[in-house]
Amino acid sequence: MSDKPYVARSAAIAARVLGDETMVMSAGDSTLFTLDPVATLIWESVDGLTPLEDIVQTKVCAQYDVSLEEALNDAKLLVEQLAGHGLLLLSDQPIAQSAKLEEAKP
Amino acid sequence: MPGVTTSAQTSSMVVEIGGLPIRLHCEDSAFLQLLTARYAGYACNSNEACFDFDIELAPPGTASTDADLNVRWHAGSWLMERGDFRAAFSATAARGRIQQTSNPYSLDSVLRIVHTLLLAKKGGFLVHASSAIRNGRAFLFSGISGAGKTTMARLAPPDAALLTDEISYVIRQDDGYHAVGTPFFGELARVGENLRAPIECVYLLAKGPENKIEPIAGADAVRGLLGNILFFARDPEFVKLVFDAAIDFVARVPVRRLTFAPDARVWELIV
Repeated sequence: MSDKPYVARSAAIAARVLGDETMVMSAGDSTLFTLDPVATLIWESVDGLTPLEDIVQTKVCAQYDVSLEEALNDAKLLVEQLAGHGLLLLSDQPIAQSAKLEEAKP
Repeated sequence: MPGVTTSAQTSSMVVEIGGLPIRLHCEDSAFLQLLTARYAGYACNSNEACFDFDIELAPPGTASTDADLNVRWHAGSWLMERGDFRAAFSATAARGRIQQTSNPYSLDSVLRIVHTLLLAKKGGFLVHASSAIRNGRAFLFSGISGAGKTTMARLAPPDAALLTDEISYVIRQDDGYHAVGTPFFGELARVGENLRAPIECVYLLAKGPENKIEPIAGADAVRGLLGNILFFARDPEFVKLVFDAAIDFVARVPVRRLTFAPDARVWELIV
């Protein structure tokens, strides 16, 4: 993974915040994931345009007592894992996200 | 004057489940008689229907029973395939076609899929659960195979009206969620009563040495419910609809854990 990856949420997911957790369902295979509060913070912050490192620094490190290096390593593991399930998109470049879904079904 | 008497042979019947009348048309009168018996409690006297399905029977021996189910959206229609049937329907045209074996349970499967797809648009869903109405309220007992759905149905007291022992049908109405009876049965092999009632509670089943009820909140309730909702279509829009429905349902209807020993006393807790 790039040192400064860009991360965006996939359009093929359904997600909802419940309390301090986020439930995310893969629309492809209907697998359900639960994100803890820190993962929820990252999940809500990724926009495809802000580097992950900036998100970790301005969001995670600002709220939790953790070094940037440690938080960034954990964040990279998280986004790689979620990207592996198709929930996130990763790129070395800013991601122009298309939320376009398939043809609407009546 | 002697004449020729013609008897109009009916080649269709309307099956109404969850307020959704579907006309089943089949030229094979013997098979139609099977369906008439199978869906007797859900046959609609009116000939009005929201959807029309033409059923074509495949010759015996042409089905492969071990092929996996595949449901997908293609060129404006839902396509559904399994070893024993192939079906397509267009919600826009309100028409569909089913090619299947002469086993009426193949049609059961098609109807379950069609209802899940149509219900999703209305905020409802089908869920692996037995359900019954008691004192005017519906109770759902949900779990995977072996969790005790049929056992709960078998143990139900006489004043409980059984809606299903296998697949519960949940619809969303202005005043909340209702459970409705279905002809879809499991081990009990008994068609559910064609009734409906507002849902009082969903119990996620667990077996244990004693009967007890515990609340389940938030994400755990959603996880438990979603694990038992029928997801036939690996389709993003459909999955999102069902996911949203489950979240909304849990916000409105209590979800609890029911640990039970398999005897009738468990129903003393269900009031």
